[in-house]
Amino acid sequence: MGSIVLEKVEKTFGEVTVIPPIDLEIGDGEFTVFVGPSGCGKSTLLRLIAGLEDVSAGRVLIDGRDATDLAPAKRGLSMVFQSYALYPHMSVRANIAFPLKMAGMTAHEIDAKVTAAAATLNLTDYLDRKPKQLSGGQRQRVAIGRAIVRQPSAFLFDEPLSNLDAALRVQMRLEISELHHQLGTTMIYVTHDQVEAMTMADKIVVLNKGRIAQVGSPLDLYRRPDNLFVAGFIGSPKMNFVTGPVAAAHGAHTIGVRPEHLAISADGGDWPGTVGVAERLGSDTFLHVDAGDLGTLTVRAGGDVGFRHGDRVGLTPDPAAIHRFDDKGMAIR
Amino acid sequence: MARRTTLPRKLGVTALAWGIGFLVFFPILWTVLTSFKTEAEAVASPPSFLAFHWTLENYAEVQERSDYFRHFLNSVVISLGSTVIGLVIAVPAAWAMAFQPAKRTKDLLMWMLSTKMMPPVGVLVPIYLIFRDLGLLDTRLGLTIILTLIDLPIIIWMLYTYFKEIPGEILEAARMDGADLWNEIVHVLTPMAVPGIASTLLLNVILAWNEAFWTLNLTAAKAAPLTAFIASYSSPEGLFYAKLSAASTMAIAPILILGWFSQKQLVRGLTFGAVK
Repeated sequence: MGSIVLEKVEKTFGEVTVIPPIDLEIGDGEFTVFVGPSGCGKSTLLRLIAGLEDVSAGRVLIDGRDATDLAPAKRGLSMVFQSYALYPHMSVRANIAFPLKMAGMTAHEIDAKVTAAAATLNLTDYLDRKPKQLSGGQRQRVAIGRAIVRQPSAFLFDEPLSNLDAALRVQMRLEISELHHQLGTTMIYVTHDQVEAMTMADKIVVLNKGRIAQVGSPLDLYRRPDNLFVAGFIGSPKMNFVTGPVAAAHGAHTIGVRPEHLAISADGGDWPGTVGVAERLGSDTFLHVDAGDLGTLTVRAGGDVGFRHGDRVGLTPDPAAIHRFDDKGMAIR
Repeated sequence: MARRTTLPRKLGVTALAWGIGFLVFFPILWTVLTSFKTEAEAVASPPSFLAFHWTLENYAEVQERSDYFRHFLNSVVISLGSTVIGLVIAVPAAWAMAFQPAKRTKDLLMWMLSTKMMPPVGVLVPIYLIFRDLGLLDTRLGLTIILTLIDLPIIIWMLYTYFKEIPGEILEAARMDGADLWNEIVHVLTPMAVPGIASTLLLNVILAWNEAFWTLNLTAAKAAPLTAFIASYSSPEGLFYAKLSAASTMAIAPILILGWFSQKQLVRGLTFGAVK
C-alpha cells in the first residue's frame, strides 16, 4: 500500500507563503511527477511529504494514516536526492545496508537484501567500493538501491537525473520506469524537465508559484491544458500563442496552436510569414516563422522540408487543434 | 597553456623554499644549539655554529633548580583540559549554527570572533579580581577555564566552517533512512567530521600550550605551566642565555614534536574550505 493524500497542506516561511493550501491525492502504485519551473515549490511539496519540512497547516495522510507530525523515518518512505547524498565514508554495501541497520535487522537478513538489491541494479561488482570511486550513474544506482532495499510504501525522487549527462539521463529514465513496473510501488518524482514528466508519469502535477496549475495524465495535459501556463509548459517546442483580432475571430482572448498542428506551404495558407531560423534535427525540422503582427511562430515540419531562411510561406492551423483561452488565461471549452 | 617547469626554475624555487624554511626555523635551531653551549660560549662573539664544547650541564642545572615535570604536567592538563571542554561545548554549538542557522547566526559568529580582537590586558584586572574572589588563582582549574573561554570562538569557528562543508542532503538522507538524531550523529556526521574535529583539537592544544599572557598572570608556583617555566629564566637571570635556551628547548620540544607529526592534519584543517 502506498497512497498519499494531502489535505489543505500549506507551507509558509515567516511572512512568505511558499505553498498556498493544496489538496492532492496520489493513488497506490501510481507514478506521479511534480513538474514546474524552478522556484514553483515542487521540491518543497516533496519535502513536506517526506517530513523534511514541517507543514504549516493541513494534513498529510500516508496509507490513510495521519503522518503530519511523524518524523521522516517513521513515514515508511524512501527518498533519492539530486546530489545522491551517499555516505562518503561507507562502502556501497554499507550505504545500501544503512536503512536496514537502522531498522534493527540481523546481519544475515541485511546481507541477503543487499545482495538482492545489488543484483537488481547491476551493482554486485561494486559493493566494496567507496562512492567516490563510482561514476555518476553508478552513484545514482546506489542511491536507488538504498531506497528500494527497505521496501518503502512510496519512493520520493528529487530531481534525481539533473546531475547526469544527457545520454545517461535517458538511460536512467528508462531504468527508473522499468523499476516502477517491477516493484509496482508508488513513486513521486520531481523534475523541471517536462520531457521526463511526459515520458515517465502516470499522472503529472503541474505546479506554478506554489499552486497546482493542473493534474492529469501526460496526454490529458498535452491535449486539454486547463490554462495558458500548462499549455506553454507541456510540449516541446512550446505552443504558439496568438492574441488580437485573429484570436477574437475564434471567440477567445488568446489562441494556442502547437508547432505540430501548423501546416506550412509555399503559397496560400491562413497566416503569411517569412522563414527565419530553421533547426534541422534529422527526423524533424523546427522552422521559426516571422508572421508579422502574429509574432514569431514555431512550426514542426518533416526532416526533409525544403524551406530556407528568408522564404515566404503560408501557415494553416489545424482547426480541431486550436486551444482557446479567455482574458484570465483559462481554457474555453 | 600550462606553465612550463624548466630545471633551473625548479632548482631556484626549491632553493628559495629551503631558504625561507631555514630562516623561519633558525631561531629555534639557534635556541637548541645554545642550550648545549657553556654560558661563556653562548655569548661569545663571533658565535660558533657547531664547533663548540657540547655539554648537557644546562639541562642538568635547569632540572635541578626548577621542577620541569611539574610544569610539563600542568601544561598538559591545562591544554588538554581546555581543548576537551572546549570541544564538548563547541561541537553542538557549531552543529546548531551550521545546520539549523537562525537569522542572527552570522552576527553571533562575528561577535564571538570580535572578542578575540580585544586586547586581553584590557580585562586583566576584572578577571584577576574574579579569580581571586573565587579562589581560582594559581589553580589548574582556573587556567583551564580561562583558556577554554579564550579559545572557544576559534574552536567554534573552525568546526562551523568544517561542518558547513558537509552537505545537508546527506543528513536528510540519514533521517529518511530511519536514523534518529543519535544515530545520525554517531554513524553519519561524526565519521564525516573526524578530520575537522581532529585538526581543531590539535590546533587548540598548540594554542593553549603556547598561551603566555594568562598563564603568566594568573599563576604563581603551583599551577604554573611551561610558559612560566621559561619566563622564570628570562627575567631575573636574563644574561644566562644557555640556561634560558635549555629551559626553552625543554618547554617547546613536546609541542614541536606533536606539531611535526600532525602537520598534514593541521594543514588540511586550516585550509579546509579554501580549496576544494
